[in-house]
Amino acid sequence: MFNFRRFFLISVPYIWLLLLFLVPFGIVLKISLSDSALAIPPYSPTFDLSAGWAGFREMWAAFDFENFLWLVDDSLYIKAYLSSVWIALVSMILTLLVGYPIAYGMAKAPEEWRPTLMMLIILPFWTSFLIRVYAWIGILGSQGYLNQFLLWIGVIDEPLVLLNTSLAVYIGIVYTYLPFMVLPIYATLEKLDGDLLEAAEDLGCSRISAFWLITVPLSRPGVIAGCFLVFIPVVGEFVIPSLLGGSRTLMIGKVLWDEFFANRDWPLASAVAVILLLILIIPIVLFQRQQQRAQEAGQ
Amino acid sequence: MSEDAEKGAVPTPAFAPWDDPQAKPLIRFQGVTKKFGEFVAIDDLSLDIYEREFFALLGPSGCGKTTLMRMLAGFENPSMGGITLAGRDIVPVPPNKRPVNMMFQSYALFPHLSVADNIAFGLKRSDMAKSEIAGRVDEMLGLVQLRKFAARKPHQISGGQRQRVALARALAKAPKLLLLDEPLGALDRKLREETQFELMDIQEKLGTTFVIVTHDQEEAMTVASRVAVMDNGRLVQVDTPERIYEFPVSRYVADFIGDVNLIEGRIETLTKDCATVVWAETMPPITAGLPQGIGAGEACVFAIRPEKVTISAERPPDAVNALPGKVLDIGYLGNMSTYHVELANGQVIKSQMTNQRRLARRAFSWEDQVWVSFTATGGLILMA
Ligand SMILES: Nc1ncnc2c1ncn2[C@@H]1O[C@H](COP(=O)(O)OP(=O)(O)O)[C@@H](O)[C@H]1O
Ligand SMILES: [Mg+2]
Repeated sequence: MFNFRRFFLISVPYIWLLLLFLVPFGIVLKISLSDSALAIPPYSPTFDLSAGWAGFREMWAAFDFENFLWLVDDSLYIKAYLSSVWIALVSMILTLLVGYPIAYGMAKAPEEWRPTLMMLIILPFWTSFLIRVYAWIGILGSQGYLNQFLLWIGVIDEPLVLLNTSLAVYIGIVYTYLPFMVLPIYATLEKLDGDLLEAAEDLGCSRISAFWLITVPLSRPGVIAGCFLVFIPVVGEFVIPSLLGGSRTLMIGKVLWDEFFANRDWPLASAVAVILLLILIIPIVLFQRQQQRAQEAGQ
Repeated sequence: MSEDAEKGAVPTPAFAPWDDPQAKPLIRFQGVTKKFGEFVAIDDLSLDIYEREFFALLGPSGCGKTTLMRMLAGFENPSMGGITLAGRDIVPVPPNKRPVNMMFQSYALFPHLSVADNIAFGLKRSDMAKSEIAGRVDEMLGLVQLRKFAARKPHQISGGQRQRVALARALAKAPKLLLLDEPLGALDRKLREETQFELMDIQEKLGTTFVIVTHDQEEAMTVASRVAVMDNGRLVQVDTPERIYEFPVSRYVADFIGDVNLIEGRIETLTKDCATVVWAETMPPITAGLPQGIGAGEACVFAIRPEKVTISAERPPDAVNALPGKVLDIGYLGNMSTYHVELANGQVIKSQMTNQRRLARRAFSWEDQVWVSFTATGGLILMA
């Protein structure tokens, strides 16, 4: 007998995927194959249901890859993609360097402190992301708190130019994405059996070599998860480079925004988005595979 | 009969460095106290352990066995007192510099390393040449019969195999002293018994000094050359398994090790070679060997093992101690039976008799009137 209940339960995630990912993606893909036009919406052809099958055939015939070819022709786009991937890689490494010690400290803290420390890590999420990034403008600006402080203690004579540099972008990204790095690493470190470190010491390791030989390899799943969780969204990041990075920071998210809202070239912007997604599919698939493997090994 | 004569009755093993005043101990605890905050985990403990010994620490959970072990491994330092290993003070020596290895209760195998790499871990941290390491690992794999599993990860082998990897890893560096913290606790009964004999074999073959922690008295009695019975951070008795069983120094030890009948009473008379204990108005006093440190008239407890108590239908004519009662319960264990006999005053005495005859022809049944009897040397008078 056809088991309706089971079918329903299994279909829920697929319906979710269909509605929230495949349908929007299909729309974006369609727009990316269209031509821009001075109209509302600003592209043609549009799909006219009343024209029926003939209308669909007509629309299909008007599709072309012009926008994608344009992305290759103008080196700006390739540069923006490469620069985004590069910025995402560097920020990922910086976030790891800052996040690992924090996660390690949390895992080593007395058990009764850990919930508090965990809350401190999550606390920034309670205020708007936009406000927090704006706050960094106040800190990094030439009249900002950081410069005032450095002038006051006499380390510098003139204010440093921090805002609208790539340094500001990195600071903003590391600050914003730190919890995504800290939490998965903390989860693996907290599970780590203390006996393993004592066993390593018993077998002749110093504390430091026990850290490198036992703690680091065993926290690898958390490190990998954290790296993906930072890398994937940062590639498409838009707000931080726009607010902190100024005009010289080239990121594909900003290009996308400009094409959509400044140039109102929806088809080209959609092509940019489709390519961005294709670039990210590789790390996303790798990430899923790694998560699955980690889960299997944990059992 | 005096106690010294009784000592002779127990066969003394050839290996007994603890009886040799010339022998130098491998490990010496001198007045060691360990406090955690205000809590005293080890209380002014002194103990000598000799080379090649298989030494068991036995006691209930929380009595300080693991703490004692961790002080030997170097993970805890005594709050007071000293510990020497082969005459050298080891208190300031960190764990990675001690010629001591530990097999952890949880095994603590490195999950990301193969069986062979786990065993090689300590060797790679030593000054052993790279070329020799593979040979040593193979030797250890052979010792614990795990050659076929060398490439597996710890989660791909069974609990018993993991236990053997942990043992091989701890033995690989040929430590002077091997510490085993409840090494068999996670195994099922049958595997556990087999492994006990394997452990003894390996210990004999290598001649390494083993200190094993256990809360299982049978395990301690089986494997150890000497057993230390602990209670609340103190040593109550340190002796060979035979002597711990036959001559417990206190009621606590008698009760902790094996099955025992305890009868509370008071010393009535003390003569040159025996004492009598009164314990119930309606019952004849018990005659037993001389107690130590208890005077006439003082309260005491008479302890006797069930297998030292005989049951008969008639009063045995030559018995020193014979008490009438009736059979309350019979526990059939196959090779032997345990009888619970209720004496006239309500005291229940356990007796264990081997079943030399088949069931149908067994002599006693429920409610039978019987006599329990035992010799003057069968039991011991201990402090109450
Ligand atoms: N690190 C510690 N801090 C506080 N108390 C401890 C610590 N380690 C052990 N104890 C206490 O010391 C006592 C002895 O512990 P342990 O040596 O582990 O006992 P055993 O191994 O005999 O079960 C226990 O009461 C335990 O709670
Ligand atoms: Mg313990």
